[in-house]
Amino acid sequence: MTESNLKLNFGPQHPAAHGVLRLIMEMDGEVIINLDPHIGLLHRGTEKLAEIKPYNHSIGYMDRMDYVSMMCCEHPYVLAIESLLDITPPKRAQYIRVMFDEITRILNHLLWLGCHGLDIGAMALFLYCFREREDLYDAYEAVSGARMHATYYRPGGVYRDLPEEMPQYKANKFISEKKVKRLNYNREGSLLDFIEDFTNRFPSLVDEYETLLTDNRIWKQRTVDIGVVTPERAMQLGFTGPMLRGSGIEWDLRRNQSYEVYDELDFLIPVGVNGDCYDRYLVRIEEMRQSNMIIQQCIRWLRENQGPVMIGDHKYRPPKRDSMKHDMESLIYHFKHFTEGYSVPEGNTYKAIEHPKGEFGVFLLSDGANKPYRLKVRAPSFAHLAAIDEMSKGHMLADVVSIIGTLDIVFGEIDR
Amino acid sequence: MKEFLSSLLSSLDPQWMSLIWSLFQIAIVTACLILTVIFLVFFERKVIGYMHSRVGPNRVGPMGTLQSIADTIKLLLKEVIIPAKADKFFFLLSPILLLVPALAAWAVIPFSPEFIIADINAGLLYLLALTSFGVYGVILGGWASNSKYAFLGSMRAAAQMVAYEIAMGFALVGVLMASGSLKLGEIVAAQSGGVLSWFWVPLFPLFIVYFISGIAETNRHPFDLAEGEAEIVAGFHVEYSGIGFAIFFLAEYINMALISVLTSILFLGGWESFFAGLTFLEDSILAFVVEPSIFWLLIKALFFLFVFVWLRASFPRYRYDQLMSLGWKVLIPITIVWIGVECVMYVMQVGPWSVA
Repeated sequence: MTESNLKLNFGPQHPAAHGVLRLIMEMDGEVIINLDPHIGLLHRGTEKLAEIKPYNHSIGYMDRMDYVSMMCCEHPYVLAIESLLDITPPKRAQYIRVMFDEITRILNHLLWLGCHGLDIGAMALFLYCFREREDLYDAYEAVSGARMHATYYRPGGVYRDLPEEMPQYKANKFISEKKVKRLNYNREGSLLDFIEDFTNRFPSLVDEYETLLTDNRIWKQRTVDIGVVTPERAMQLGFTGPMLRGSGIEWDLRRNQSYEVYDELDFLIPVGVNGDCYDRYLVRIEEMRQSNMIIQQCIRWLRENQGPVMIGDHKYRPPKRDSMKHDMESLIYHFKHFTEGYSVPEGNTYKAIEHPKGEFGVFLLSDGANKPYRLKVRAPSFAHLAAIDEMSKGHMLADVVSIIGTLDIVFGEIDR
Repeated sequence: MKEFLSSLLSSLDPQWMSLIWSLFQIAIVTACLILTVIFLVFFERKVIGYMHSRVGPNRVGPMGTLQSIADTIKLLLKEVIIPAKADKFFFLLSPILLLVPALAAWAVIPFSPEFIIADINAGLLYLLALTSFGVYGVILGGWASNSKYAFLGSMRAAAQMVAYEIAMGFALVGVLMASGSLKLGEIVAAQSGGVLSWFWVPLFPLFIVYFISGIAETNRHPFDLAEGEAEIVAGFHVEYSGIGFAIFFLAEYINMALISVLTSILFLGGWESFFAGLTFLEDSILAFVVEPSIFWLLIKALFFLFVFVWLRASFPRYRYDQLMSLGWKVLIPITIVWIGVECVMYVMQVGPWSVA
């Protein structure tokens, strides 16, 4: 009879595994000795698939990278194509992109907050967060037609301008006229009115979440001093985004490598002090508030400045439907655009944005054809997950769940 | 009722009569308990639903009231899967080991001055013994499942039960000192005379400690570490399906109701009315509200059940070692200190001891 540590297979079907994470845990009682993450269960070969399709066809695949912050994943991909093509989208398109990036950031952080809370046992929070996500999904739907996988950004701008009216609820035998009226109160105007109404409500909702958690003793006991990462170690581990800022390093690509119109906008970058789960929680909560302010600034600009949302060159945008009816050139452009696409000059580029989870980058290598020669995605969660062993050693089984929550991992982008 | 039965059975031996009367009471209590659980599940889902700004079950039956019955039928009809390497005997025994003490504990509960199945002298001791016996079902179930998750769950349950049983026992010592009896009926009788003469006033810290330990004892949120759905999935009953799972579920809710009723009896005057002692009411037409009755007990118990649900809806879960330190370093010292305070109160003749 020999004594040995308990080996526990955690996942891939586990309620706290956030998708298909498989951990092989070596435990002494409930204390983690060793933790070995196994990945690859959601590998779909996105990078390889992109090599056999015209550039625009892969935008939809990018949505499915990090499927909780969809538009932010399209963003670096279209930025990379734009930089190789050497085109700049119109200002209005840039503002729309920034606005939707920030909406996506709130979407992502709400999901993170809800799931992190649920993992630690705060059930109510999950449903409160999803209540707000519903409104943001409606904004997605109004602008792109899809609630999740929007495929809204295009090289040279965005697919279409913001709609002037919001889709409304209709009465049926389950929902009375009176209730429909209440449901539609913020849908009378344009999409911008709808989003503005959300941004006015949102800060008080974040306060609501904070009353449930921030000063809650149990929440603090479960997160303070759990999974501490020092600033030096955070940099060595390749952390980005809230994981890095939680450790006290002020690094935000929106500020440090400004893209689109972030340099014209006014926002603060929250940083943590101790680098534990609680600080990262506070950082993300504050980021939601800052995102809300950025959205408000974008709304103000978009209301005052009209204009095109896509560059005029028909090489990159399909022609209008009615011009195709009587214009031969338009018909040709349309045909070429949707069959062959466009060719991108030889060269390579790396474009990264401040994705809600960290630095999401796309490396694009073109040999001059109408499809990428090589596409490489730099996913922030991958680096974060790699640190899980180091962060959880010496903690207990229940802390691993908190740490998985704080890493904010999504397997779409880790496995790609 | 008793008179009716006795007239009916007058031809029988009086020994037989009392046996039949007891069996009748047992049948009534058990049936009521099962109905209570069905109601509780629906109550919990609805209350949590509204707390979460959703509606909860609303499809089966009027306003969803038949949902728990539908769930019960579903669970009863499901296949019972016994894991290949499980210890079959203990695997099947453990749900019963959990359910039987949960039901048996109700034997000494006085629902009203008249209605009590067994008015034994050591009622409180009997309760302590039976409520701690339930943990064997949890431990054996986790152990016999031969699964690491279930094993971790039952280990947690064992440690938790020991820690909180002590705090609970000490809280009961306080009640025992105040009432001078182990008989639950006499404990309630000792609290007669209005809201302020109930034991929650002199024994306030014990009242809180008892209820918290009760939550821990029933493995309810935020102390549901033996189940810990986000960590060890469902803990000790992860391998159970169908009727086995349903029995674990049933026992948990019966225990919840038991703790609520016990807290009401021990600290909130059981069947005593909220308005007892208000003399101006006794002469008016509202005299019935000062009468002791089972409804007061049910109202009090329902309040505690609501608190159970409320805590589940809003709190994060403790970690295993934090739960232990809360039990050993906070709750047990509080009870010990308060027992000392009670001794002083006894010597100084204050509170419930002033009349003695």
